[in-house]
Amino acid sequence: MAISYVVSLLYAAGRYRTMSVILKAENLKKYFEVPGGTLHAVDGVSFSIEEGETFGIVGESGCGKSTLGRTIIHLHQPTSGKIFFEGRDITYVTKKEQRELLRSIQFIFQDPYSSLNPRMTVLDIIMEPLLIDGMKRKEAMNRARQLMEMVGLSELFETSYPHELDGGRRQRIGIARALALEPKFVICDEPVSALDVSIQAQILNLMLDLQEKLKLTYIFITHDLSVVKHISDRVMVMYLGNMVELAETQELFRDPIHPYTKALLSAVPTIDIDNQQKREILHGEIVSPIDPKPGCRFAARCRFATDKCRSDDVQLREVKPGHFVACHNI
Amino acid sequence: MSDVILSVKNLSVEYRVEEGIVKAVNDVSFDVKYGETLGLVGETGAGKTTIALAIMGLLPVPPAIVTQGAISFEGENLLRKNEKYMRSIRGNKISMIFQDPMSALNPSTYVGEQISEVIMLHNKVSKAKAREMAEETLEMVGIPRNRYDEYPHKFSGGMRQRVIIATALACNPNLLIADEPTTALDVTIQAQILELMEQLKEKKGTSNILITHDLGVIARMCNRVAVIYAGEIVEIGTLRQVFKNTAHPYTKGLFDALPGSNLSGGKRLKPIGGSMPDPISLPEHCKFASRCSRRTDKCEQCVKLTDIGDGHLVRCVSPLCGGEV
Repeated sequence: MAISYVVSLLYAAGRYRTMSVILKAENLKKYFEVPGGTLHAVDGVSFSIEEGETFGIVGESGCGKSTLGRTIIHLHQPTSGKIFFEGRDITYVTKKEQRELLRSIQFIFQDPYSSLNPRMTVLDIIMEPLLIDGMKRKEAMNRARQLMEMVGLSELFETSYPHELDGGRRQRIGIARALALEPKFVICDEPVSALDVSIQAQILNLMLDLQEKLKLTYIFITHDLSVVKHISDRVMVMYLGNMVELAETQELFRDPIHPYTKALLSAVPTIDIDNQQKREILHGEIVSPIDPKPGCRFAARCRFATDKCRSDDVQLREVKPGHFVACHNI
Repeated sequence: MSDVILSVKNLSVEYRVEEGIVKAVNDVSFDVKYGETLGLVGETGAGKTTIALAIMGLLPVPPAIVTQGAISFEGENLLRKNEKYMRSIRGNKISMIFQDPMSALNPSTYVGEQISEVIMLHNKVSKAKAREMAEETLEMVGIPRNRYDEYPHKFSGGMRQRVIIATALACNPNLLIADEPTTALDVTIQAQILELMEQLKEKKGTSNILITHDLGVIARMCNRVAVIYAGEIVEIGTLRQVFKNTAHPYTKGLFDALPGSNLSGGKRLKPIGGSMPDPISLPEHCKFASRCSRRTDKCEQCVKLTDIGDGHLVRCVSPLCGGEV
């Protein structure tokens, strides 16, 4: 009885998880051959995500966060490393297996306009994955109507085309389509970045509701720190294909350790006009991710960089329980 | 001499398109004082950029048409000037920084040349002198002068935006209009650019209009702020008045919808329900009424911008502070 009491307390505090890993990446790499050489888009990333959690991936443009998301869902074939989903190695899958996998893992894209077929009606767009999966047309139509209701789209829009709707409604279509096959795991790539704040709040609330109702696990990729802080349980910070820091959200925002994370957090403009904190301005330019030299990729912009930082690669280390940092000087 | 560099009075702009008349800007008035930064904040489609283009004389005519109002810059009504006059002050006395740094630069011309072009257009200087001045401007925004002879594609997003700023500042304008200058940039680069803009303002005493949807950027940069909704100013005042004594329900809604504004720690955000009214059929009464949680029968009447104290103007029949209007 005492144990169940403790468990329920932990549960109430939101700290209790079933601790079952749903997705795991091991030393995952994705390189692209480009005219100038080899572009190291994702370079040795490892993490595991627990069922029901929201795992935030944050970083600036070109840090590899979108490539990482796309590699997990096999829109890109990984260069090396391993991906496990529910314990099963899914690094290399056949076309048929990949289709199977899409029942469990789905994707929500940033731009709800360019990711929706402009010549299909809202209902047809949401029905499409169901039909491809082999559902009968009539059944698919009923299911699509349920999905529209679930994401808060009025049935009036059934026969509308994407261009007739505003950004928020378009993103609702994108969400309904992603959830059509009842996935367990949804990778959201900048789902609210193209939306105005008042609409962004509607969509974030919808995503939280759906997560609770359908027991979804999210990877939430964004450059927006206030959004990631709001929605994620844990946050991973990426810089030029590398992980630089990983911790629980509260911990990361309270005690950022990596110099890049610190600069990133201090750069976010705050609306508190009496407390405009001192910003740390980064100088120097971002180094090229094409055939990068050994050493810390952030060294060129880092105030604390030493010779070691410019010559030796850095490994991610656990500096506090659950708080991982990749920096020579910690 | 008055202390106002730019005064916009009762400006209305329409776009006459096939579907009807889009009322993009409706009876907008504001002043910009010498040396100050005025922020225009609002969501997509609020009419912020149309206001900026009207000031610059860059509205696409047709379909755009200015139906009423006056824009006086240093005492001259710009709406009555011909294109030749506008060309002589554009880039010279008034400059604009555009949002997208890639599409605002000519991809087939060296970045340095794009700056010296502007200098030669407005000043009687030799090519060599213009190059010298352009190199200095590049250095001022933190780009080494030896990168003068490079094409824009070799520059990162932040560097391109600095080139745009350099171009805008090359002729020492008195008024700088920045339309979402950092929206396309990463936060660490945004911090660099904002810092740069602030330094330049201090050094040169330029007056600024900063257009953005980001309230954090406004808080960092502006002295005064105007909140725009459906083509109208719904609230205008000093930064402190608008941020600390928020009076219009829409402004309040914008603040409340931001992630992190909920201090109770709950996960749910407070969105503003519904969406902006169709600009082709705007209601006569308060345009925010259909989304407003404080709506009453009184909201059916026409509302004017009213002073609720010390120049803090609000367009609402029952503002959140300052009592009944």
